[in-house]
Amino acid sequence: MRRFARHSLTRRLVEAVLTLFGVAVLVFAMLRAIPGDQITATLGTESAALSPDQLASLRDYYGLDKPLPVQFFSWLGDIFTGNLGYSQRAGESVLAMTESALPITIELAILATIVGLVIGVPLAMLSASRPNGARDGVSQVIGLLALSIPNFLIAATLLTLISKYAHYNPNAGEFQHLFANPGVNLQQMMFPALVLGFGLAAPIMRTARTSLLEVSTADFMRTARGKGVAPMRLRVRHLLHNALNPIITMTGIQFGYLLGGAIVVEQIFSVPGIGQQVLVGMQQKDYAVVQSTVLVIATLFVLVNLLTDFLYRVVDPRVRAS
Amino acid sequence: MTTAVTPAETTVAVGAPPATTAAWRRLLRSPAGLIGTVLVALILIGAICAIAGLTPYDPVAQHPRDALQGPSGRYWLGTDQFGRDIFSRTLAGIGNSLRVSVVAVALSGVVGTLAGVCAGYFGNKVRGPVLAVTNVLFAFPPLLLALTLATTLTRNWATIALAIGIVYVPIFVRVTRGPVLSLRETDFIRAARVVGLPTRRILARHILPNISAIVTVQVTLSLSWAVLTEASLSFLGLGSPPPAPSLGSMVFDAKVFASTAWWTLAAPGVAIVIFVVGLNLLGDGLRDALDPRNGRNS
Repeated sequence: MRRFARHSLTRRLVEAVLTLFGVAVLVFAMLRAIPGDQITATLGTESAALSPDQLASLRDYYGLDKPLPVQFFSWLGDIFTGNLGYSQRAGESVLAMTESALPITIELAILATIVGLVIGVPLAMLSASRPNGARDGVSQVIGLLALSIPNFLIAATLLTLISKYAHYNPNAGEFQHLFANPGVNLQQMMFPALVLGFGLAAPIMRTARTSLLEVSTADFMRTARGKGVAPMRLRVRHLLHNALNPIITMTGIQFGYLLGGAIVVEQIFSVPGIGQQVLVGMQQKDYAVVQSTVLVIATLFVLVNLLTDFLYRVVDPRVRAS
Repeated sequence: MTTAVTPAETTVAVGAPPATTAAWRRLLRSPAGLIGTVLVALILIGAICAIAGLTPYDPVAQHPRDALQGPSGRYWLGTDQFGRDIFSRTLAGIGNSLRVSVVAVALSGVVGTLAGVCAGYFGNKVRGPVLAVTNVLFAFPPLLLALTLATTLTRNWATIALAIGIVYVPIFVRVTRGPVLSLRETDFIRAARVVGLPTRRILARHILPNISAIVTVQVTLSLSWAVLTEASLSFLGLGSPPPAPSLGSMVFDAKVFASTAWWTLAAPGVAIVIFVVGLNLLGDGLRDALDPRNGRNS
């Protein structure tokens, strides 16, 4: 049985590597589909001022005159040596930009996940404690709204209300890093994390509710109730622990949506994270940044999914055994 | 389904489509289904008005002297910073959003379902490549993939629809493949194979009708995601180019003015929420109504 488990883990790893290779191919192909090439696209109308000779030497400089497979593998090779390219607009290496932006987004994602779990799981427990009752109805309506209101709308409404009634702008002022100035950093991160977390609460709540309802009718629950386990202990140790697996999976899956949502929320709250980096790259047609940053985000997503899989096995020994 | 060789169809667990009228009745009897249907109908009426040009004002016409006016008899939902009528712009935004979402979901539904059916029905030769592509597309956060596609394409509503459509292809592959896999081993499909029906006919007349319920529900839910994605793209400035009204870009513009002119934010915001809540409720209602376990004789 153990051999099988290890075997399936190896398989997952190989699959993840292959997927990442496919991701790299797709990202590369998408950015080659731009009308014209990266030089004319980046310079826009200014490129008309270049002489054919200048254009050719630029193409030669950036290696754009080489065959596509050569370009692809030299890009991939560069990435393995830590060279993610160079931003023409920011005048900085994409690696340096990513090193400062990525931790911010990861912090935001973790905070948002905490918010999502703190809202979603208790709501689900309330909802599942008396299915189809009034509390269930209210929780379900909150869940539906969290699912249906786009994060940018919540963020815009929140910003409007705060600036109107509290005369305070959460994203005014220089961004402070967590370790440099934790107090101000958490203040700045609070609203983005709340907005992202609220959206995350809906899928967590729905999954948790189904899972809790399923476990609550299990035989061991009746036994535990019968032998007089304290209600709180019953709910946490018996019910929640056994219902945890789908919740973990859903939280892991949602991490991808969180990274997508981070693009929107970071833009609105001026958080200099990885979402901001890729969005600014797209708006400024800084394709070196876009190409490498998209790859970084997708890699992160694949890794988190892999991690979710491992976590799953740690929490539930039944998965390891089967 | 008049083919004589399919007597077992009614007992298939995956669910043959129930009689349509019964499903409709079940849908409208559940509160979720009823509210969802009403909301979606409202949105459809608004979109049709906009597409037919039946808006009180031209959605892009500017009336600078009436900039940022509150709701009144003249401008039902007020005006924006250029004095454009917000009611007309909201209707036009709904129309645009509906057009993009419907085309996107039609694309992903057709491509994804075909790929899913083939991956489920045929052996490894088809399954391998289809699942590889699906895995790669699933490795992107949906919004990021849509954004990247939107940046690399020449932007107009059709390419935005294409970008969103590609993002949701893998979901249709995933939801259709499993049921087809189990359908393939059912007696009536085996029987159809044994009597020598051509594969194309088996797929079209026996497999597809049996997964239509799943696809219908998925289409509804995907529409709600497509609406949200389209709005997010245009909010980020990478959707349909201005001045074409879009709900997302209206929210973006309103961000600056909303603390003094709440209607600029409220109108497009409420429209998006009605749209998405309606589609979500309709999807939930359809799932219950089309579920064969809910007794097709009721």
